[in-house]
Amino acid sequence: MQQFGLLSVVIWLPIAGGLVTLAFGDQRARGARWAALLTSLATLGACVPLYSGFANGTAKFQFIERMAWIPALHSQYYLGVDGISLPLILLTAFMTVPVIIAGWSVVDKRPAQYYAAFLIMEGLMIGVFSALDSLLFYFFWEAMLIPMFVIIGVWGGPRRVYATLKFFLYTFLGSVLMLVALIYLYLKAGDYSIAAMQQLPLTLAQQRWIFIAFLLAFAVKVPMWPVHTWLPDAHVEAPTGGSVILAAIMLKMGGYGLLRFSLPMTPDASRELDWLIVSLSLIAVVYIAFVALVQQDMKKLVAYSSIAHMGFVTLGAFVAFFIVAATGSAQGAVNGLDGAVVQMISHGLISGALFLCIGVMYDRLHTRDISAYGGVINVMPKFGALMVLFALANSGLPGTSGFIGEFLVILASFKASFWFALLAASILVVGAAYNLWLVKRVIFGEVANPQVAKMQDLNPREFLVLSVLALAVLLLGVWPAPMLNMMEASVQHLLHQMLASKIPGAA
Amino acid sequence: MMSLAIPEISLAVSACLILLCDVYFGVGRRGLTATLTMVALTIGVALTAQYGITGERVLLFNGLYVDDPAAGFLKMAGFVAMATAVFYSQDYLEQRGMRGGEYYVLCLTALLGIFVLISANSLLTVYLGIELLSLSLYALVAFDRDSGIAAEAAVKYFVLGAIASGILLYGMSMLYGLTGTLDLDQLSTIVGHSPDAALIIGVAFVVAAIAFKFGAVPFHMWVPDVYQGAPTSVTLYIAAVSNLGSFALILRLLTHGLAGAPALWTQMLAAVAVLSLLVGNLGAIAQTNLKRMLAYSAIANAGFVLLGFATGSNVGYQAALIFTIAYVVTTLASFAMILMLSSRGFEHEEIADFKGLAARDPLLAAMMLALMFSTAGVPPFVGFWAKLWIIQALLASGHVRLATFAVLVSVIGAFYYLRVVWYMYFDAADGRSVPEARPRMRLILMLNTAAVVIMGLLPNALLSVCQRVLP
Repeated sequence: MQQFGLLSVVIWLPIAGGLVTLAFGDQRARGARWAALLTSLATLGACVPLYSGFANGTAKFQFIERMAWIPALHSQYYLGVDGISLPLILLTAFMTVPVIIAGWSVVDKRPAQYYAAFLIMEGLMIGVFSALDSLLFYFFWEAMLIPMFVIIGVWGGPRRVYATLKFFLYTFLGSVLMLVALIYLYLKAGDYSIAAMQQLPLTLAQQRWIFIAFLLAFAVKVPMWPVHTWLPDAHVEAPTGGSVILAAIMLKMGGYGLLRFSLPMTPDASRELDWLIVSLSLIAVVYIAFVALVQQDMKKLVAYSSIAHMGFVTLGAFVAFFIVAATGSAQGAVNGLDGAVVQMISHGLISGALFLCIGVMYDRLHTRDISAYGGVINVMPKFGALMVLFALANSGLPGTSGFIGEFLVILASFKASFWFALLAASILVVGAAYNLWLVKRVIFGEVANPQVAKMQDLNPREFLVLSVLALAVLLLGVWPAPMLNMMEASVQHLLHQMLASKIPGAA
Repeated sequence: MMSLAIPEISLAVSACLILLCDVYFGVGRRGLTATLTMVALTIGVALTAQYGITGERVLLFNGLYVDDPAAGFLKMAGFVAMATAVFYSQDYLEQRGMRGGEYYVLCLTALLGIFVLISANSLLTVYLGIELLSLSLYALVAFDRDSGIAAEAAVKYFVLGAIASGILLYGMSMLYGLTGTLDLDQLSTIVGHSPDAALIIGVAFVVAAIAFKFGAVPFHMWVPDVYQGAPTSVTLYIAAVSNLGSFALILRLLTHGLAGAPALWTQMLAAVAVLSLLVGNLGAIAQTNLKRMLAYSAIANAGFVLLGFATGSNVGYQAALIFTIAYVVTTLASFAMILMLSSRGFEHEEIADFKGLAARDPLLAAMMLALMFSTAGVPPFVGFWAKLWIIQALLASGHVRLATFAVLVSVIGAFYYLRVVWYMYFDAADGRSVPEARPRMRLILMLNTAAVVIMGLLPNALLSVCQRVLP
């Protein structure tokens, strides 16, 4: 039992800061902005000891806080991080700062509520990643829908109501079945803690139902083909900050859920249904990449590319079973899981940055239509350079973080089957095609639109945000070792868990 | 021993005294009866806390009456809910010229009916309580005597209610004829021995009457009309306070009186609950009037409570109690929001009236957001825990399909609660004025909403109390 600690701080500090921001009110927008910025910076600062104090080389949960919460339900306020959740927490704290700064002078409709919503969401998302009690996890998981619903609905585009309702109902529908599965597991295990549920023996039939319930929740969130249709709508209609958070962090919750719940709790069902996940992932990678190619709207293009890239996450996670089946050993399987986690972080940075870039252009021209642009680099050289970097990173250029994750997953797929690897690697071609084509049409060429000629280059605020992200993308691409070291032990442990049968009697 | 009936005695005495006071001193003194009612309720709470709470099961009046921890808890909840309701209603009644002191007296007698139900231990007492409650409510619905729609609602309510009473009596007479006893303790042991066709028919009649009281499908027809037609303060009373009575009715009559043969009624309840969830949630989507929408939502929520009882297990009854308390707290505030926003000559009861509320009054909008998400069952609000317990009780008793069905229809339900949030936050205000300040009412409403949030963040107190009183 431990009292309030660092993790509680990074969860509740932004939520408290959000309430303070709200208290400033929309009339005192300046105060609200500064309160929001300071809160997000303080939260990021609180993550520094979290990072430096984290001990690599062990799969044990660290920074554990465990207190009574609902004794009547055997549910505890139980927090902790391992090498899989810590990078995601750092990403969340890191990405919220640019979102706050990016809205600085752009958001003038109910600004205090805008910042408050993002801060509250930050706390709730960190809560999702650090909860070790599944009821607490679900609590944060669902509560997070409320601020996002409001963000898309209030500050979104013309079809925002449709998009936000679709977003809410889709994800709500997915997660209620997860709740049923969690309660079922609780009744079997007598405890809501995730560890107890991971150790609970289950027959294959039970696992299968639980796996499907989990899959519905997580697949909607990832999103996997064919339950992805809410994402392009939500992205297109959401304000820039909303798109960034949605792409950078919320999608990762689906992947995180698969790694934390589905694989360790229902390993046998995961193995049995691995073909389903792998084929859906490959469809996402190949088919959705082609869909991205034909988009006219920049945000939609990045949204579809997100779905394709998240396909790598699910592929990397489930390909391990094929590797074991094909080679008889788990060697190389760890690459897939590593790749999945790295891809989540990298995609968080890159897609967030791309949405910020689109936001920069949208603020100037008020359209996201690709055809409205052209030759932007002539008037915005600094911006053009950064945007090209992010687009290349998005297509997996070596030296950027986008390469590491995809490479690891393709490597693992090769061990499983040549065809998996071939299909997965096709994204390197198609991905390059849609990214480069986007860059060609928007950034390069002649200035066709007279309004483009009037665009101003990045102001210092925008430059700061994008260049910090660019640094992060390059750093992770050139030197991924610190992150890989951080997660190694946890990923090994996860691999061990998912390959061990939980069926009673079959050791 | 008699002292255990103190809550009812104090209510009956104060109802009589207030009626007299109103006749002799009420003329020209507005607010006198309301104040006296609040005083009476406070005294009632104090007396109940002192004498009316018992740790064990005690029989009174030759076994007609029972007092146990559940009764004490429900009566306290009844006092608090009624006091809150009276507080919310004052301004509204004042502005609409419904100044008659009888209003509060009728509320008190309705509460007395609820209390009688809560402590009933005989078929006779049950009937007495239900009639006292219903007759008071019929009169309350028609209280705005110049309103045609209220009169229509009252007549509908009365006619259907009278039929339901008849059905209940008929069922009770069959039970009596088969078992030879009115006493619920004896009834419960006897029905266990001799299940036969007549008994099933008798139970079916009783269940039908209970379903009517709950507004559960297929006996729900009165609910939308009464909710919409009655003055909003009365709707508030019916939706929130009288729900405790419905809960007590099923608790005494079925889970205690027919405890010997649970298979007889659990399946009927399950069927009624499934239909209620379906009809309530689908019906609510089409509504444009908030009161009517909340009426359909009440039907759906009755489905949830009945699902808890349909498990036939103690966990299920506890879940139903938790759900009822959470629902009462949330519903009080939801209807109070309509009262708060209504002004002289303007009923703020269309959902469209909420358009742009976030810009006009951010605090009220934020509170309404919390209430709507709570009713939809989204954390971090108390409504989530209520639904969680019901689902958990269903799974614990092996009803996986019912649990899955319940969560899936609650997704449909989420849509119409979200629509209120959508109107408040996403749509612009079209020329509606800023709501009146009403600082005192605003404060109580804030406390009420805070209760919804706090019980959502730290639900253990509510959960463990409900577990304790229904062991």
